[in-house]
Order: sequence, then structure tokens, then C-alpha cells
Amino acid sequence: MNLLEKLDAAAVARKSLLPNGVGAFGIPIEEVFSATEARIGDRRVLLLGTNNYLGLTFAPECIRAAHEAIDKEGTGTTGSRMANGSYFGHRALEREFAEFYQCSSGIVFTTGYQANLGTISGLVGPGDTVLIDGDSHASIYDGCILSGADIIRFKHNDMVDMEKRLRRLGDRVETTLIIAEGIYSMLGDQAPLAEIVKLKNAYKCILLLDEAHSLGVLGETGQGLVEKTGLLKEVDFITGTFSKSLCSIGGFCVSNHPQLEQLRYISHPYIFTASPSPATIASTRAALVLLSKGSDLRKQLWANCTQLYSQLKETGYLLGPDPGPVIAAVLDTPQQALQLWQSLLEHNIYVNLILPPAAPEGKSLVRCSVNAAHTPEQIRYVGDTFAKLHSKI
Amino acid sequence: MTESNYNEIMQLLCDRLSVLTNSDTQITPDMNMISQLSIDSIKLLNLIMEIEDTFDVSIPINALTDIHTVRELADLVHKIKSDS
Ligand SMILES: Cc1ncc(COP(=O)(O)O)c(C=O)c1O
Repeated sequence: MNLLEKLDAAAVARKSLLPNGVGAFGIPIEEVFSATEARIGDRRVLLLGTNNYLGLTFAPECIRAAHEAIDKEGTGTTGSRMANGSYFGHRALEREFAEFYQCSSGIVFTTGYQANLGTISGLVGPGDTVLIDGDSHASIYDGCILSGADIIRFKHNDMVDMEKRLRRLGDRVETTLIIAEGIYSMLGDQAPLAEIVKLKNAYKCILLLDEAHSLGVLGETGQGLVEKTGLLKEVDFITGTFSKSLCSIGGFCVSNHPQLEQLRYISHPYIFTASPSPATIASTRAALVLLSKGSDLRKQLWANCTQLYSQLKETGYLLGPDPGPVIAAVLDTPQQALQLWQSLLEHNIYVNLILPPAAPEGKSLVRCSVNAAHTPEQIRYVGDTFAKLHSKI
Repeated sequence: MTESNYNEIMQLLCDRLSVLTNSDTQITPDMNMISQLSIDSIKLLNLIMEIEDTFDVSIPINALTDIHTVRELADLVHKIKSDS
């Protein structure tokens, strides 16, 4: 099979999962009306397939800041910070992230994906080890592969398995990086951070926590799982993204280790890519202020999460173990998931369809993400529709 | 690690693969696990987890990219066990 034939074979496999040309992936969104509504084809749909957890995509403060930045500094930086320089906004946002996490250093990356790639490949290399959760996001896997370190997985959130693997490493623990996520993106469950920290300290490793989905969602000021658990000082490196609660695009890493700064000179995903545009940085700075003061938004978000999680559970759906803004119905087959996804769309509800191998353990997921801007009525409509469709799966 | 340990690893692999493939095919060391034995990636990962526990080792997933045959897997487990 030549290279193009291999792609054809992959297309055939994909089409066999998605009959009738259903475009469940990369669905065309024609118009966006608000943080909760958009138009898909002729339908005005409720958006439950975004990561817009605080509902800030149309926050006037962020839009204004982005407009002003474009007017003042133009549409793009046209190059990497190493070669083309760091704008005031890049440096200011790095300081603001460091302050937000009470850390000494912060680095901004062009995407959250690159934040993980750049941080992981900067911290470990060939001969070192990364110990990662089996359900880790692709950006973590790819960062590990880029690094050339040995990649050892522990069973998802299983601390007995993690300890076993730490013990087996022997002296190699000294050059081992443990990686976990605040909230896991598929099932919405949280890492057992207290136990991870206990093991990390016992074996004297370095710990990186990706707060991509937990930033803005957990903790009084929205720092994430580190704040909810009071373990901020125990985590060596925190990465995260601007693309979810902060409603723009970009990523960051913060740390109290001064060595973080060295990444600017060795990390390819930081160096060999253009820096975030002025508008992106400006709206993110404004969103970070709203996020840190957003305890009312978090209260609203959690009220919505709890309402939908309990309604789906009562209806009989198998869900992830923790209620939260990511609520995934676990289904046995791709066909069941596709049918539910399609029926929801026919009821004007847009959610995410996740098929193997992206979903854990060969299962398929219909994944909802709830946000603070959803009204109680919208959430109730979604819950009632899921209930109506349950018997048809 | 001794030769008898190596044989033990090979024996266990062949036994488990023969259960997983659910057929009468005689498993031999040079068989390709994916193309000849039709072991899918999830079954292979489960098998690896079982082997890891039996021999008390962790097999890095990046080391698996070069593994195709039963013998290559046995060699890898043996090497990791000998180094530990
Ligand atoms: C856990 C996790 N880390 C990192 C990322 C990457 O973030 P970004 O969208 O900014 O590239 C994502 C987003 O998909 C994620 O879910």
C-alpha cells in the first residue's frame, strides 16, 4: 500500500463508522449567536459541545481589549518571540499568570497543545522517564514522544498501579516526571492529587499537572485542582490552555522552579512557532481577570453541572464518576453513540461524539460540556431530551 | 536473568497468545502478533499489562513501536528484567 492508499483505507474505516455521510466530526457551524446558541444547517442549536466553561466568549471586556490591541499593534506578530521579540502583552500575561498561581515564573505558548509539548520535551529527554496517566490527552502523549524519554503509563487514576510503577523504576525515579490532569477531558473526572503528591514526595520525583479543563472551574479563584485541594505548592509545573475557560487560544506553564526560564532557549514548540497575536493576548488578559473574580460564574456553572449530571444519572445513563462541566454518557458501541448524538442534534442539541480509540477502554462517548451561561431552562431541556431518548438506544 | 527465565517469558507469551487468538494455530516465536495472529492494539496492551505484573517490570510504550513478533516481545521483557 502506498502513502495515499493508506489514507484511503483510513477513510473507508471512518466511513464504515459514520454511515449516510453524517458529519459528526468538524461539523459546519454557520453562525454563532451567543455562548450557548449557534446555527448548524437550518437549525438553531443549543451548544453543549464547547469548552466555554465560564461562558465568556462574548464578554464585552474581552472583546473590547482585543479590538484595542488590533488597533494598536496589528493583527499578528509575524514570528517567534526568540527571533522577533516579546511584546508588552506577552510579558504582562506571563507575569499575571505567575501572580495568579503565586509562582516565580510563567511562560506563554501559542497553544495549550504546544504548552504541553514544549514543557514536557524541555524537562525530560532520552534516558529520562515520564510516568503518565493512561487517559492522558494527546498533547501529553505527543510531548512525551517528542522528548525521547521512556513513556510508562499507569492505569487511569489508579494509585496502586502508579506506586507499583514508581517502585519498579528503582534509581531512575530521580529523572522521572509524573504527569496528571486536573480534570480529564473525556470522562470529566479529577485526578487524586493528594495521593499523587504523597507518592511524588515519597519517591522524590517532579510533578506536572495540566489544568486545561479545571482552570476557571475548580477552586475559589479558579486556579483549578491545585486550589481545590490546597496543594498548589506541591505541584512543580502547572500547564494549561487559554482555549477553554479563557475563551481564546494559547497555553501557559508556571512554576516556582527558576529553571522554567531555560525552556525559552531549548524548547522547540516555544521557539519555532509564531507568538500569540496581540488580540489573543489582550482578550486572554481580560478573561483572566474575569476568571479570577468569577466565583459567581463558578457557582452558576456548578449549579448547571449538578443539575444535568443528576438528571442523566437518574435516567439511567452510565456517566463518569465525578459531576462537573464535562458530563459524558458512556455507550458500548459506536453505533449507539452515533444514534444518540444524531437524535440530540435532531432535537437541536449539539454535543460531542467521541469514538474509539479517542474514548477510553474501547467505549464510545456522547460528551456534554456545561457552561455558566446555560440557563436552568436550557439545562432542563437537555436533561429531558436525554431522558426521552434513553429507551431508544 | 538466566536462560530459564527467558524460556519462562516465551512460554507465558505463547500460552497467553494462544488463548487470545482463540484458535488451534501453533504459536511460534517468529510469528507477527498483529498481522499473523490478529491481535488488536487493545488486546496487546492488556497482554502487556499482564506480563508486566507477572515479571514485575514496566515496559515503556515507546519501546513497543519496534516490536512485531513474539520473539521481539520476549527479548524486550527479558532485557528490561535483566536491567532492573
Ligand atoms: C487536557 C488538555 N490539555 C491540553 C489541551 C490543548 O489545548 P489547546 O486547545 O489550547 O491546544 C487540551 C485541549 O484539547 C486538553 O484537553
